[in-house]
This record gives sequence, C-alpha cells and structure tokens, in this order.
Amino acid sequence: MKYLTPASFAEAASLARDASGVTRFLAGGTDVLVQMRADIVTPDTLIDIKHIDGVRDIIRGADGGWTIGVATPGAEMKEHAELGAEWPGVVEGMDLIGSTQVQGRATLTGNLCNASPAADSVPAMVAAGVEVTVSGPDGSRRVKAEDIPVAPGRTSLSKGELISAVHIPPRGDNGGDAYLRFIPRTEMDIAVVGCGVNLRLDGDVITEARVSLGAVAPTVLLVQACADTIIGSTLDEAALDRLAEAASAACNPITDKRGTVKFRTHVAGVLAQRTAKIAYGRAKGETK
Amino acid sequence: MALDEYKPQSGDAELENKELKYVGTTPDRPDGLDKVTGKARFGADLSLPGMLFGAIVRSPHAHARIVKIDASKAEALDGVKAVVTRADFATGLEGEYGFVLENVMAGEKALYDGHAVAAVAATSALIARDAAKLVEVEYEVLPHVTDVDKAMAEGAPVINAAYADASVPEGMHPNVVRHHESGHGDVEAGFAEADLIVEDTYVTEAAHQGYIEPNACVAQMGSDGKGELWVCTQGHWYVQKHCAALLGMETAQLRVTASEIGGGFGGKTTVFQEPVALALSRKASRPVKLALQRSEVLRATGPTASASMDIKIGMKKDGTITAAEGTFRLQGGAFPGAPMEFSAMCAFACYDLANVRQVGWDVVSNRPKQAAYRAPGAPMAAFAVESVIDTACNKLGLDPLEVRLKNAAHDGTKASWGPRYDQIGMVATLEAAKAHPHYSAPLEPGQGRGVASGFWFNHGGETSVSLSLSEDGTCQVSVGTPDIGGSRASMALMAAEVLGIPYENIRVTIADTATLGYNDVSHGSRVTYASGLATIKAARAAVEKLCQRAAAKWGIEEDAVKWEDGCAVPSGANAGDFDPLPLAEITATMGSTGGPISGHFEATPEGAGVSFGTHIVDAEVDQETGATKIVRYTVVQDAGKAIHPAYVEGQYQGGAAQGIGWALNEEYVYGEDGRLQNTVFLDYRIPVASDLPMIDAVIVEVPNPGHPYGVRGVGETGIVPPLAAIANAVSNAAGVRLKSLPMNPPKILEALEDQAGDA
Ligand SMILES: Cc1cc2nc3c(=O)[nH]c(=O)nc-3n(C[C@H](O)[C@H](O)[C@H](O)COP(=O)(O)OP(=O)(O)OC[C@H]3O[C@@H](n4cnc5c(N)ncnc54)[C@H](O)[C@@H]3O)c2cc1C
Repeated sequence: MKYLTPASFAEAASLARDASGVTRFLAGGTDVLVQMRADIVTPDTLIDIKHIDGVRDIIRGADGGWTIGVATPGAEMKEHAELGAEWPGVVEGMDLIGSTQVQGRATLTGNLCNASPAADSVPAMVAAGVEVTVSGPDGSRRVKAEDIPVAPGRTSLSKGELISAVHIPPRGDNGGDAYLRFIPRTEMDIAVVGCGVNLRLDGDVITEARVSLGAVAPTVLLVQACADTIIGSTLDEAALDRLAEAASAACNPITDKRGTVKFRTHVAGVLAQRTAKIAYGRAKGETK
Repeated sequence: MALDEYKPQSGDAELENKELKYVGTTPDRPDGLDKVTGKARFGADLSLPGMLFGAIVRSPHAHARIVKIDASKAEALDGVKAVVTRADFATGLEGEYGFVLENVMAGEKALYDGHAVAAVAATSALIARDAAKLVEVEYEVLPHVTDVDKAMAEGAPVINAAYADASVPEGMHPNVVRHHESGHGDVEAGFAEADLIVEDTYVTEAAHQGYIEPNACVAQMGSDGKGELWVCTQGHWYVQKHCAALLGMETAQLRVTASEIGGGFGGKTTVFQEPVALALSRKASRPVKLALQRSEVLRATGPTASASMDIKIGMKKDGTITAAEGTFRLQGGAFPGAPMEFSAMCAFACYDLANVRQVGWDVVSNRPKQAAYRAPGAPMAAFAVESVIDTACNKLGLDPLEVRLKNAAHDGTKASWGPRYDQIGMVATLEAAKAHPHYSAPLEPGQGRGVASGFWFNHGGETSVSLSLSEDGTCQVSVGTPDIGGSRASMALMAAEVLGIPYENIRVTIADTATLGYNDVSHGSRVTYASGLATIKAARAAVEKLCQRAAAKWGIEEDAVKWEDGCAVPSGANAGDFDPLPLAEITATMGSTGGPISGHFEATPEGAGVSFGTHIVDAEVDQETGATKIVRYTVVQDAGKAIHPAYVEGQYQGGAAQGIGWALNEEYVYGEDGRLQNTVFLDYRIPVASDLPMIDAVIVEVPNPGHPYGVRGVGETGIVPPLAAIANAVSNAAGVRLKSLPMNPPKILEALEDQAGDA
C-alpha cells in the first residue's frame, strides 16, 4: 500500500488520477482505517489530505455563508459558537457521529463520501442546501451535497476527483434547521431513520422548506413532497399529519438487522414531525 | 462445565460470630493502578522471541459436510510456518472432551457459521490473515436450522443422530438431546384450587457475555513435549486439562498461566482457540499468539442459550399461588449442554409452593456451542415466570411485592428443585425492596414500574490456596481462581482479618497450574466463598505456627497462646505474663526458630449458600417509536456478608447493566442462510454508558452458615431478575404485555399495534 501526503488539491487529484487499484482519501480516517482493520477494504493507495493548507479552517464568506475545510473534525464545528448558532442542525448532525474520540477526527466530507445511506451529517447538509467544491485534474466544479452519493458506498466523483471544500449557504433571517435520528441505543449506533429539516418563516408562516430523510432509501433523500406539505402552513396539526404521511410515503427502505421496512416507514413520519417542530421553534427564535 | 456441579450443597457449619475489623471495608483494588495505566497484561499482551501469529479458517456455512481441505497455497505463502486441521489433534475422545474438540476444530461437518475448520501460523498477523484466505475448503452444504422451536419440529435437519441420551423419550426429534423433570405436589389439584390461571409462552434470544477482551493466548510447545500457555481464562486448570486431552499430552506437561482478564461472565470457562494455538506451536516449533477478532468472538465463542418457555400459574384472589408449571426448551447450539435443568430448577425457586412441576428440553441447532453466562439458564426462566406472576397481579389488582412476600420461600421451605432451604434471604430482599424509597416514588406519565425476584444456587468446587509470610511480616497469598470480580481484594481482606495485619501488607497472586493443586474455574459465584474459605483456613494454619513459635519462645504450652489483633498473646492469666508478640517479630527470626511459616488449605467445600435478589425498575416507553428508556433501577440482593462492599455493588450493577442489554437490544440475528448478521458491537447492541441510569445497589446480609464470615456468592444472582423486572416495567409503561426478548423498538411498536387492533 502506498501512503501519500500531497501539499495541494491539484497534486492530490493528479496522484489519484495516476493511481491504480483501490484508492482512498484519508480525512479523519474513521471509516477508512476501520474498514482496513476489519479487512473490508485494503486500499492500494492512501492519499492523506490533511497536509494541504487550510483544510481544517472554518471561514465566513463575504455573502455570510460558511466554508468548511475538508479535514475539519466535528469537534471543531461543535466548538464554533457562531456556526452552531446559525446552523444548529448541521452541527448536531455532525456531532451525533461516534464518540468524543471519533469527533476529534471525523469530518463532514468523509461522512458524505463514505456514501452510507445512514450517514448522520448528510440529511442535515442536504436540508441546509450545502454544496461542495469538487477538484479534479481538469479544474473544479460546484456540486449539491445530495448529488454526491449515488448508491450505498458509491459517489458521483470520477477517478482523480476529490472534494476540496464544503459550502454552507448564508443563514439569512427567520430561518432554522434541525436534525434528528432514531437509534435503539442513545449513542454509538447507526441511524435506523434520520431526518433533516431547514425552513424559513414569514411571521408564523413557513415560506421555504427543505426536508431530507436518511436510512430509508439507498441514498439520502431530499423530499420535495414533504416540504410542500408544510410550506404555507404554521406547522399546525393538519400540516404535521400531512408531513408524516408524505415522509412515510417517500420511504423506500430495506428490512435488515437494524430495522424493518414497516418500522422505518413509520418512524420516518414521526421523526419528520419532531424535526420540523424543532426547526420551526428555532426559526421563530424561541429555542436554540 | 459439568452440569452435576450444582448439586444441592450442604457443608459444615463454619459461621463464626466475631467482630470484624478489615472485612466489610472498601480499600483500593490491588489491580487498579495497573489497569488504568495500561500496565496490566491481558491475553494478547505477551510476546515471546520468534513468536508467530495464528489465524483461524472458519466455515461460512451453517451446516456443511467438509469434503476436502487443500492448504497447499497457504503453505506456499512466504512467512507461513504451519497449517493445522482436525488431523493434528487427538483421536478417540469421548463425552465432553469429544464435544469440545469437535467445537474447537470441526471434523466431518461444519456445524455453524464460524465453526473452525483449519488454522495457520505465520510470521505476522497480516500474513496469517492472508494465508487463512488461501486455505481452500470444499463444502457440501446441508440444510440448517437455527431456531429452537423449528429445530424440534418434524422434518428439521438432524445435527447429530447420536447426541440424544437416555433421558429423552421415544418419538422426539433427534435434535432433542436431553430431558429433565422435577417438582413436587399435585399441580392439577393445585390449578383446580385457583381463582385465576395465567398461561403463556415466552421466548428469549441468545445473548453474548459481551466481555470487552476478545479471547487470546500465547502457546509454546517444546520439542520435548512440554508446553506453556499464557491465556485469559476464568479457569486455567480446566484449560490445562482440556488442552492436554485435545492434544494427546499428559496434563502435568502443560503449564498454564492466567493473564489479567478483560471480562468473562462465564464465557471464558471453556476453551476455543487455546488448543489450536498449541497445535500450531507444536507443528511450527515456535511460540504462537492467537487472538480472536470481535466477529470471531460473536460467531464462534459461546453465547448463552436461547429459550422458548410455557408457564402456567394458578393464583387465589388473595395472591396465594396454588400451583406452578413450566416447560423450558433451550437451544444451546450444535452440541448438547444447554442449561435447561438450571432454567427448570431456578424457575420457581423463590417461592414456597405446594404444587410445582418443571420440565426441561435441551435442543441442538446450527449455532455456536453455548457457554455459561452468569447464572446460566436462570435469567430466561425468571423472565417467563416473573412476567406471568406480574400478569396475575395486574389481573387481580394485587401489589406485586406483597404477592411475592406472601409466597416467598423462607428458612426450611422445600425448594421447587428438591432440598430444604437452610437460612435464606428471600424475604429479607423483598422487605428491603418494599422499604426502599424507589418503590413508593411517583411515576411520570408514560412510565411503568416493574419488580421481579431471582434465585441462583451458588457453588463450591475444588479449591486450593497457599499463603506464606515474609521476614518483614508481610504476606503473600497464592490462589488458583482468576480474579474476575475483585477477588484479590477480598482474599487480602479475609487474610488480613485472620492474621491481624493491614490489607496493604498482603499481596494476592493468581498462581499458575504448576504451583497449586487443582482449582475449579472462577464460576458459580464460588470464588469469594470457596477461595475465601480456603484463604481463611490457610491463614489460620499459619497463625497456628505463629502461636507455636511464641509458645516456644516463652517456654509455655502451645495451647496457652492465642492470636489477637496481629500478635501472639498468652491465652489467660495462668499462661504467664508476656508482652504481645507481633507477627513481624516472629517472622523476623523464623529461619532460625523452625523455618519458613506458611499455611495451606485445600478442599471441595459444599456450603455455598443459595442467593436471592429482587429488582425494581422504572421504564419509559415512547409510544410513537417504541423506544425504551430505563429511568430508575434498584437492585436488592443478599450477599450473606459483603467482604468488600464496593465490589459487591459493582457485581449488582453489572448484573443490572447486562440485563438491560439482554432485555432491550442484544440478540443474535441469523439470516435465512443461517449466517450471523450482527458480528460486531455496532450491531450487537450491548448498552453504552448513556443507556444506563445510575443503578442503586442495596446489600442485604443474611449470613451463609457455610462460611466463617457468612459469605454467599454474588456474581450471578444479579442477572437473574433484570429481564423480568424490565419486561414488567416496559409492559406496564406500554400497557401491553411483552413476551419476547429483546424488547427492541420494532417489537414494542408491533405489540402496541396488535393491541390497538384487539380493542
Ligand atoms: C466508533 C465509530 C462510530 C461512528 N458513528 C457514526 C455515526 O453515528 N454516524 C455516522 O454517520 N457515521 C459514524 N461513523 C462513521 C464515520 O465516523 C463517519 O462517516 C465520518 O464522518 C467519516 O469521516 P472521516 O473524515 O473519518 O472519513 P475517512 O474515513 O477519512 O473517509 C471516508 C471516505 O471518504 C472519502 N474521502 C475522504 N475525504 C475525501 C475528499 N476530500 N474527497 C473525496 N473523498 C474523500 C474516503 O476515500 C473514504 O471513502 C462512526 C465511525 C466509528 C469508528
């Protein structure tokens, strides 16, 4: 196995393009190293991106949005007061990953590119409207977070491409987001269902909404039908009922050791309601 | 573990009524610093010059004939030094040795997913792993069965037609291999007297002991036929005996040393990879380290049995139980030995019943060979029985603790499993539970409370202890029972009590198999009782010699000297007037006054007192998701006498914590293909710290007459009531009776939905 430490994304991209066999990027390594130890994936080339300048930075953009470096661990995001105040859902989604030890390493980018349907930060990123910069040998492009995973364990990135930055949009006024997951234990578990909600209000009325679901389909879903049930409402009982129905209807899960189709479908509806209520409270400025 | 080990015990009266100075205090644990600083050496922590690393080739099939094993490609890999198969072990073994060998290395058939079929040793762990993949095994896949009820049904694939013993009646499926029946009175007449009869079927899944340290050892066989084995185990004499038999060597030629142990809970009372490591070492003529991965631990070491149980209880309106009957079908994997007789015998042991009958069936299936797990067989039986009692209490509107008190076994009760009880603590634990503020605390909406009681036999077993004094007046104690729950601290406290020297002046070591007589495994909650008794008697033997030296010095009769607070003193005014002679003054000159002073004791003590516990649990159920939270938990248990109360509390809390896991989320999930689906802790869900409330531990002390200080074992009883107590709490919170473990969220939602359908 070759272990490489490029100093720039351009170098990383050309190393990846020229590598043969199985290539992995090493961000926090909390998926890659575990998969190596468990004899699931043994890469031929391991490209550590942590030696590139600025990969651990959290930067406020001119438009008020945020750029998160691709090696920024969850713990840094959690400690960033402004980021947490504006995007509590994204920070929570990331913070739910693993334990204190894992938080010292794990990243948004790694969570997105590992492409697990149950990845915890991804529904929150998708609901928030996050985009990433993809750098390749021939330059770079912006891609929506929801367009990165294409199937369990597979991304839309082509050979030689990697993510070089994560962009969270400006929060703007009267907005709020939230992420909830259901796990049988209280920690150290994989989401049986995850739900992200991001919305904006005009007074009490929801004017914009994005609702995402995790672990109920091969990839994280952005569900327009869910958003439609609550846009224009004050998140009253009737709207919440419609939301739960739409969330359950959007599910296309499997039965496995972590949950049945029936259970996942039902709990998706419950979680969508609970998550929407938290996001709504935050948008109103009533809760943090 | 031989099943006859838990025969009713009746030992000598040993209890002494004496003020205790050291016993009952909670000094620092002797292994604490090493463990928190990482210095403690566990099974995989020994490295020897020239050492190789082993890896085991395992069957991917639940049931398959092994047609051919071709290891040529593995042997050709650079760094590979040995490959072993069944041909490298002894032949002609019978009974339990035969089963253990068959489990450790498959012969003609692979009997479960993960069954070992070959093993390799190489110069690095990675080479060994790669070499294991190169061993080509040709299988003829056979139909399989992994469920206890299906394994008994007509047409189920036969695991081994020769297993069933004479206890099994004609006409049963060959997978039913043993049968047990016991009880007394006339249950039919008892049921006729009842105002209410509750009859139900309960099921539990297999649960693993979940020890944090995967099984590991380092084996070294010399070309002279002598062997050394370093291993994490609960019983190294057992390991010695079994490994010697499986390798066809003489027992005394194999010296086994027990490492520190990162949990066992019964699961390390047998052998898995140890004989394989020895066989590899013998073949390669080099030391071999063999440490299992977690997935191997879950697939191929023994979990507890799974169970399917029918319970029938008759009750009068006032709560009197008129009759009780239970049938316990236990699945213990691909070999006979599921502890169904313990399920049967413990099921109703808490109660004083005129009419009781219990039946057990041992059923084999294509799963790993079950191993002991704290109070083997008892927790599932308690789950079924105590749930049915709770149902009856709810139906009759009776308080569940009052009903238990009304029916509780007491001193002199004829136990459901045969003997008459001596002095026991069942009533005392119930009274303490009733008086505990937890029992009267108000519940929040959505919460429910459950109580349940439980019983365990406890055990004595072969025990040998030596103790020697140093010139400076300190003391070394050698015991043969690996310290799985703080026994070194307890032994030191008991030795301190007899010798009258401080706890800190005593060092307790787990001796290897070459330095003491045979010691039974650390199981059956026997260590503080049996090794403790032996330590006390070994210390008394040393005290006798100390008194002799003082008598000689003073020129008086030996029996004119007694031992008091660490000194020899004249036994009375007539004995003469001498200043107390401290232990350290006697030992300072022992070389010239008769030689080294030591004490020894060995026996198979039979006075292990039985033990009872009662648990109170509050649970909260999320009706929309089926998620359960345990909000409050209180354990009340009889310890006889708590030698080191903090360790006793630890045992109680550990039992409750493991019970919470088993009750709510732990389970073996087998796919249609007979393969285990959840082979890592991510999906085999033992509780994490944040899943647990603070667990309150109440120590009741009803002395055991069979131990000088009244000790009863406490290691196992604590896991007997939790499954039932939690099920009762969850059922009362959800408003629907849960009859199947684990009570995971999908199951609870399902039950709620079924009930809504009923209404
Ligand atoms: C104990 C434990 C608990 C966990 N709990 C959770 C949990 O609760 N929820 C959850 O969602 N996950 C969990 N995980 C999984 C893991 O921690 C997360 O997926 C984490 O976010 C991965 O980030 P990382 O930086 O460690 O990724 P890495 O392991 O470094 O990489 C993961 C993948 O991303 C790719 N990658 C990394 N950087 C880039 C890049 N810049 N461009 C393109 N591809 C890239 C790698 O090639 C690899 O395929 C857990 C893991 C462990 C060990």
